[in-house]
Amino acid sequence: MIRIGSGAGFSGDRLEPAVLLAEQGNLDYLVLECLAERTIALAQKRKLNNPLLGYDPLLEKRLELLLPILSKNKVRLITNMGAANPVGAAEKVAEMASKLGIPIKVAAVTGDDVLALIRPNEKTLEDQTPVSAYGQLLSANAYLGVEAILPTLETGADIIITGRVADPSLFVAPMVHHFGWSLDDVDRIAQGTVVGHLLECGGQICGGYFADPGKKDVTDLAHLGFPYADVASDGTAVISKLEGTGGKISLATAKEQLLYEVTNPNAYLTPDVSADFTTVRLKELAANRIEVSGCKGQAKPNTLKASVGYHAGFQGEGEISYAGPNALGRAQLAGDILHERLKDEFPELRIDYIGSSSVHRTNFGTPEEPYETRLRVAGKAKTKEAAEKIGEEVEALYTNGPAGGGGARKYTNEVVGIVSTLIPRSNIKTSVNIRESVKHEEKII
Amino acid sequence: MKKKLYELAHSRAGDKGNTLILSLIPYDEKDYELLREKATAEKVKEHLTEIVDGNIIRYEVPNISAFQFVCHHALLGGVTTSLSMDTHGKSLSYALLGMEIEI
Repeated sequence: MIRIGSGAGFSGDRLEPAVLLAEQGNLDYLVLECLAERTIALAQKRKLNNPLLGYDPLLEKRLELLLPILSKNKVRLITNMGAANPVGAAEKVAEMASKLGIPIKVAAVTGDDVLALIRPNEKTLEDQTPVSAYGQLLSANAYLGVEAILPTLETGADIIITGRVADPSLFVAPMVHHFGWSLDDVDRIAQGTVVGHLLECGGQICGGYFADPGKKDVTDLAHLGFPYADVASDGTAVISKLEGTGGKISLATAKEQLLYEVTNPNAYLTPDVSADFTTVRLKELAANRIEVSGCKGQAKPNTLKASVGYHAGFQGEGEISYAGPNALGRAQLAGDILHERLKDEFPELRIDYIGSSSVHRTNFGTPEEPYETRLRVAGKAKTKEAAEKIGEEVEALYTNGPAGGGGARKYTNEVVGIVSTLIPRSNIKTSVNIRESVKHEEKII
Repeated sequence: MKKKLYELAHSRAGDKGNTLILSLIPYDEKDYELLREKATAEKVKEHLTEIVDGNIIRYEVPNISAFQFVCHHALLGGVTTSLSMDTHGKSLSYALLGMEIEI
């Protein structure tokens, strides 16, 4: 039996739940999943500006809290916070540990960066057009799997830092390492994958992103605890959370998380396996204890997916509010005016009425008149200066638009787009890079 | 009698590129058959016609008495380049739950 905790479900996730798990969870492994699709492209840009950076911006904050506890409780950490620079992250963590006088070995996985392998005429999975048609490429990272992480575990490293790997693989790797599963044992790998999938979003299986007052109540969401799994040698796992933490784990929260972001429940593809989630069984053993078992798998794909980041220009946005009698009518007049003023430069101009139809892009014909409406306009341009025009025109509604507009705001952001492509496994070479903290005595010498 | 799916089921939305993924999970597993009959891919497509441009595939997951609706061309290009307020389409689970069925 091994116990694996999930201490982060995205880059900006809360810090405390991981600390609690490391302190009180009696964990063997703590996993921090911090890398969304676009995160790595943005990290690549930071690395271009400063070659020492390009890892997760919260790396130091998280590790400062966790390092002493992980070391004291002998919990191994596995994380993809390396982002665009796993070796840089490993160096930073070793340096932090040296300062704290904590002896640790850090292993970084490299090989996911495949920008040099992407040919301009490479077809995208989205629409089969060549990647070069999208714009200037910023990054390309293949989703690595268990095979790339296993060698780091074999070095005995305390902390394992990766760049792009499939999220569930972060959890399956310690299972394979501990139980000695064959990578061809598709059912065990599939079962491990479903456990990883249930854990990878941190608090989401514990009632995070679930509550709907009166319908789906969750106790003490403010102190939401994060999950851990006790995994048996056949991959069957019991998912639970710490006593005294908020949230709840139930069949309903587990079902929502099982299906979350799954495009084909019959074939959930990772670099390790094709898992059939329709074979999974969930059983509520007790309050906040769910058993997961039975997942069947098929052989892993021959190709790996790579996410390609490209420069997609700039997005300009502006917002202004109207409230009281005929708020929506005045906002709509403002929208019409902006459309007329901007349509030639921004053929794809997006005009939304916040409080009425902005979030779902429709209100399904609900005729209610809102007390207040916020007009929001967005569009894209090649340059920052051109994109700024949108916010400027929104602001100009103060003196050039309908009555009673207030609270205008304007924003311009650089846009990094992501498309996907497939790469043959054989083209990808991964490696392990070890960094160790310097012992105090050595520093004195 | 008409009932909103909201009264019978819960849902979470996810995204992959320009594809919107919506689960539909009855509170009472006994309602699985009712939803299988009433919440078809066609009906959901009709309900979400202003949101989903592509086709919708419904997967049945009877082991956990749930459905998955995979909606193509639904997110104005997808999270990274969409001009939408909710670029992920995360709020759209409740657009599905607003659908009415005859029971």
